[in-house]
Amino acid sequence: MPDLLGNANSEGLRNKAAGHHIYAGRGDKTAMSIISMQNVSKFFGDFQALKDVSLNVAQGERVVVCGPSGSGKSTLIRCINRLEVHDAGEIIVDGTVLTDKPEDLEKIRGTVGMVFQQFNLFPHLKVIDNLCLGPRRVLGLSEEDARARAMTYLERVQIPDQADKFPRQLSGGQQQRVAIARSLCMEPRILLFDEPTSALDPEMIAEVLEVMTELASSGITMIVVTHEMGFARRVADRMVFMDRGEIVEVGAPEDVFTAPKSKRFGAFIKQILNH
Amino acid sequence: MKRIYAIAALLVLSGCSGNWGWYVVDPTTTGGMNNLKFLASGAYYTILLSVTAILISIVVGLLVALPGLSEKRGWRIFNRTYVELVRAVPILVLILWVYYGLPALSGITLNVFWAGVLALALSDSAFQAEIFRAGIQSIARGQYEAAQSISLNYRDTMRYVILPQAIRRILPALGNQLVYMLKMSSLVSVIGMQELTRKANELVVSEYRPLEIYTILVLEYLVIILVVSAGVRWLERRMKASDT
Repeated sequence: MPDLLGNANSEGLRNKAAGHHIYAGRGDKTAMSIISMQNVSKFFGDFQALKDVSLNVAQGERVVVCGPSGSGKSTLIRCINRLEVHDAGEIIVDGTVLTDKPEDLEKIRGTVGMVFQQFNLFPHLKVIDNLCLGPRRVLGLSEEDARARAMTYLERVQIPDQADKFPRQLSGGQQQRVAIARSLCMEPRILLFDEPTSALDPEMIAEVLEVMTELASSGITMIVVTHEMGFARRVADRMVFMDRGEIVEVGAPEDVFTAPKSKRFGAFIKQILNH
Repeated sequence: MKRIYAIAALLVLSGCSGNWGWYVVDPTTTGGMNNLKFLASGAYYTILLSVTAILISIVVGLLVALPGLSEKRGWRIFNRTYVELVRAVPILVLILWVYYGLPALSGITLNVFWAGVLALALSDSAFQAEIFRAGIQSIARGQYEAAQSISLNYRDTMRYVILPQAIRRILPALGNQLVYMLKMSSLVSVIGMQELTRKANELVVSEYRPLEIYTILVLEYLVIILVVSAGVRWLERRMKASDT
């Protein structure tokens, strides 16, 4: 079984440095950025959720997106795997321009995994079957191979003993870890996290963040929408602050936390850290 | 249950009075026993007809429901038109039309059984379509998104993620439809289908004891439907138990 996550490690680190470089030359679309969003806008009726947003993400980079609710963070990452269809601008994921073409969509969804706030596990399937569904039906793995792969990733998120349970028998933290494992089973190159700990009780947040931190060290490209600033500080290569549909500030966590350039980000950080 | 015993007791007691002539269906006499066997022999076709029709109507209903959930307006119009048109025709009228009208129109002559199946299935499919549509719509959007995020296509999403959950939710409604179908199958007697009601009618003509014979007929439907209801409830419990 190809261990994409493991192998990507050194490469990812190498590209990380390049990623910062790319960002400095904004709009420069080199082969190094695995995600490129240029002047992306998204409307929900009259409401503009994304206003002319541009963002490049390098392979192996770990980006944390934060901002007040309704600022367009979720919409931003949902555009990347086309759960939302952007209205203007261009998004290129791993060399594929996002359009309605089914074959492109299939390619992108195979490259990009997503972890949801509400886990969205399939409640009628056992944990192991939640994990095997994609590998069996999409990747065409044999049942044996799919199960072996599923068990590998369940061990990775530290719950191999829950394989034969149904999602509702697990705690929230365990469910979210299953959801992460389900994404990993597709061996994506990019993982999107949409507020993965927001629906969890406080005592379960740590176990999910721990798994995410471990993943981050594996070299997979991660974009995480979260309010967990401790996690951001530890893990992020780059912080993206959004407000009212715009990217207001981008920078390395050590810089933005100590000296945010924009007033809005400063106020936001203060609020989050003091709550 | 107590109420059912009371009704049964009442019937037996009233049978002692002069208005009743239970001898026509008295199992201790040869004639009565033969009559009972004759009446019960219709159960085979009642059940076969209803079960065949409901299986077809579930498939057709699902095929009609899916376009109703489409984002494309044309598909939704197809769904609405089918449901509204089919639902507007009384079942008895549909039976007569399929049996007497369809051959004249298309040259295809169906035997009584298949004409009955077709009419019942057609009529029920409109209701099934509505049940499926409601059931599928009740599944949270996150389930579709999760399926999309692991790159499942539409067919697999429906087959492995949405329908298994939707069917659990609509099982009680499907059970209702089966009960409804068992009762409506009595209408197929008008084109000569040898099911329970037809058998009872024929016996009434020869024995002139409508009260007793139709009472037996009522009990026959009652028994079949109680068994079906219990079966559906058992299935519901089993499905619930399987994922807790």
